[in-house]
Amino acid sequence: MSSHPHAPAHEDAADAHHGHGHEAGHGSLKGYMIGFGLSVILTAIPFILVMAGTFDSKLLTAFLVMALAVVQIIVHMVYFLHMSPRSEGGWTMMALIFTLVIVGITLAGSLWVMHHLNANMMPMSPEMMKNMP
Amino acid sequence: MAHDIQTQAGEKPVFYLTEDHHPESSTNLGFWLYLMSDCLIFAVLFATHGVLGRNYAAGPSPADLFDLPLVAINTAMLLFSSITYGFAMLQMERNAKAETLFWLAITGLFGLAFLGLELYEFAHLINEGAGPTRSAFLSSFFTLVGTHGLHVTFGIIWLVTLMVQVSKRGLIPENRRRLMCLSMFWHFLDVIWIGVFSFVYLMGVLG
Repeated sequence: MSSHPHAPAHEDAADAHHGHGHEAGHGSLKGYMIGFGLSVILTAIPFILVMAGTFDSKLLTAFLVMALAVVQIIVHMVYFLHMSPRSEGGWTMMALIFTLVIVGITLAGSLWVMHHLNANMMPMSPEMMKNMP
Repeated sequence: MAHDIQTQAGEKPVFYLTEDHHPESSTNLGFWLYLMSDCLIFAVLFATHGVLGRNYAAGPSPADLFDLPLVAINTAMLLFSSITYGFAMLQMERNAKAETLFWLAITGLFGLAFLGLELYEFAHLINEGAGPTRSAFLSSFFTLVGTHGLHVTFGIIWLVTLMVQVSKRGLIPENRRRLMCLSMFWHFLDVIWIGVFSFVYLMGVLG
C-alpha cells in the first residue's frame, strides 16, 4: 500500500511518454547543431591534410585520417543516431559492440591473411601484369 | 539501468527491465539489428577493397583518378542531408506536418545531388577507361562505392514514399515510426560514407 501514491504519477509519466512516441527521443536542435559542427570540422581536417599535403610523413597523415574518421563516426553515432548505453535497455549497444567485434575480425583477418598470401607470391613487374589474362 | 540494479541489490537483484516496454521500441531495436547486418556487408566490401585496393594491374592509381574537391562536395551533400533529416525529425516532434515535409524534401534534394555527383564521377571514370573491369582496385572500388550509392538510391525512394504517406495520412504513429527508421537508415549511410571517403578516397590518394 505504501507504494500506491507513487503509482499514478508513474502512470502519468508513462502516458506522456507514449504520447511522444519514443523513450530515446530524437535529440534537440542543439544536439544536431553540435553534431553537425563537429562533423564539418572532422571532415575538413582530413581533406585539408591530404589535399594540401601538410605533413611529409604519409604514415602520420594516414594515421590522422583514420583516427579522425573514427572520431567522426562516434560523433555521428552519439548526435545523429542517438546511441547511448541506455537506449533500448542497452540492447542496441550490445548489438553494436558485437558487430564491431565481427567487423574488426573481418577487416584485420582479411588484411592479415591476404598480406601473407601476397608476400608469398612471385614478384611481378608491370610488364608481366599487362600480359596477364 | 545499472543504477536500478544497484538500488534494488539490497533486497533482491533484478536483472530485467522494470520500466514499461514501448511497442515502438521493438521496431527500433529490430531496425538497428538490420543496420548492424548491413554494416557487416560494408565491412566485407571494405575488407575486399583493403586487400585489392593496391592491385592496379598496371592501370591508373587512385592518385591519377580521384578528384578530391568533387569528393569533398559529395561529402558535404551527404552531411547536409543528414542535418536536414535531423531538422525534419525535430519538426515531426513538434507535430508540424508541412515543415516536416519541407525538410524531408530538402533532404531528398541533397541526396539526389549526392547521387548525381557520384554517377557523374562513375561515368567520368568509365569514359577514361577506368571502369570496373580495368583492375582489381577498380572492381572493388566500384563494388563498395556502388553498393553505398544503391543504398542511398533506395533511401531516396523510401523518403519519397514516406513523403506521400505523410502528406496523405499526416503524422500518425505509423508514419512517425517509419520516419524514425528512415532516420536511422539515413544517418547510418552517412556513417558508412565517412569510412568510404577516409579509407577509399583519402587513403587511396595518399598511396
